[in-house]
Amino acid sequence: MMTNRGARLTQGQFSFLPDLTDEQITAQLQYALNRGWAIGIEYTDDPHPRNTYWEMYGNPMFDLRDPAGILKEINACRRIFARHYIRVTAFDSTRGWETPRMSYLVNRPANEPGFALVREERDGRAVRYTIRSYAADRPEGERY
Amino acid sequence: MSTPPPQPEANAAREAAGRRVDLHAILRDAQVTDALDDLERELVGLAPVKTRLREIAALLAVEKARGSFGLTAGAPSLHMSFTGNPGTGKTTVALRMAQILHRLGFVRKGHLVAVTRDDLVGQYIGHTAPKTKEVLKRAMGGVLFIDEAYYLYRPENERDYGQEAIEILLQVMESSRDDLVVILAGYRDRMETFYRSNPGFSSRIAHHLEFPDYSVAELCTIAAGMLERMHYRFDEPAQRAFEEYVARRTLMPHFANARSIRNALDRARLRQASRLCALPGQIDESALLTIAEPDIRASRVFSGTAMNVPGG
Repeated sequence: MMTNRGARLTQGQFSFLPDLTDEQITAQLQYALNRGWAIGIEYTDDPHPRNTYWEMYGNPMFDLRDPAGILKEINACRRIFARHYIRVTAFDSTRGWETPRMSYLVNRPANEPGFALVREERDGRAVRYTIRSYAADRPEGERY
Repeated sequence: MSTPPPQPEANAAREAAGRRVDLHAILRDAQVTDALDDLERELVGLAPVKTRLREIAALLAVEKARGSFGLTAGAPSLHMSFTGNPGTGKTTVALRMAQILHRLGFVRKGHLVAVTRDDLVGQYIGHTAPKTKEVLKRAMGGVLFIDEAYYLYRPENERDYGQEAIEILLQVMESSRDDLVVILAGYRDRMETFYRSNPGFSSRIAHHLEFPDYSVAELCTIAAGMLERMHYRFDEPAQRAFEEYVARRTLMPHFANARSIRNALDRARLRQASRLCALPGQIDESALLTIAEPDIRASRVFSGTAMNVPGG
């Protein structure tokens, strides 16, 4: 039975839409900047949904007014990690929130093999289910 | 079959040929006229700077008008260099410049990021590039004002990290011309040395603005404006004493134009306060408002012994 072969990773905002263009990304960045959120760029090649903490590309960017500089950073990150997932997060430091308020993918590998469903046989014929990324079989840096 | 419909391009060309554009309306609509008038009113003297600002505003308006006809000449290079002695209004004008550029749509946000060497140059290898880039990112969409820019280049130390900051700056000044405007500021002679040793900067900066020193009369006008904003006034003898004070002060070392005037006024307020506190009984509003002659005369500038005291 085929599950989600070739399916695109759907994590974060806008992930069911076609990839955002640079203009659309700029507009989203401006939205975050207008609200005073700090923007960070993160990348990974292990897209498991429980892999919450991705590698940071540079420091989070505080005190910016204009998205042009962030877009330049995103493009620099795309050049270096062309075959990784790259996401943009916007962190709200307001007391009570103190959490990312936005998170969306801005880069994905050309070929996404998707996830396998793994069944684990437990005591008394119980079955435990989990998922495993096909890409994560290979060592880090050689995936995708 | 009748005649074929006219080509759309021909149509557009005919329309453009007949169209007229009002440059004054562009300047007015963008509130640039207001900004320039504010500048005229609030900044004393500085005639060459004001003329140059009007020229730049005119150029930008024409550029905008040309754009509406589809005549593009590429984004004009707007990087500037402000040279002049301390206290001649470089930072104030830079703030206004950011405003004018924003109103004409040549920078998107119009904020001013003022930095010095410390904000750009790191302390160890590999520290400079991220630091400079972060500042540049912060200035995107606005104006980056580098005060005392010549400190970036230290010829006596060939391993100085300032060179790295200069290279990144030059690259961004060229490649991100639409995103930010860089203004370098500093004393004239040292800036000239700086440009001689970094020809790349000189050729990337289109506008060199000179800020002349203020005359005694201009400094007195500046003082009057400051006093009015602080809700003080000189009485008649104090006015005369202050004019004398300014004439003497300009000849002394470490004279910083408008900044020295502000400091002098602050010290006069201090003396006025202690004079009033020493008075017995009650005082009225006019006493609180007035700076009297002794408040000025007590300055070390009049004693003649303070020729080398910084800030006198």
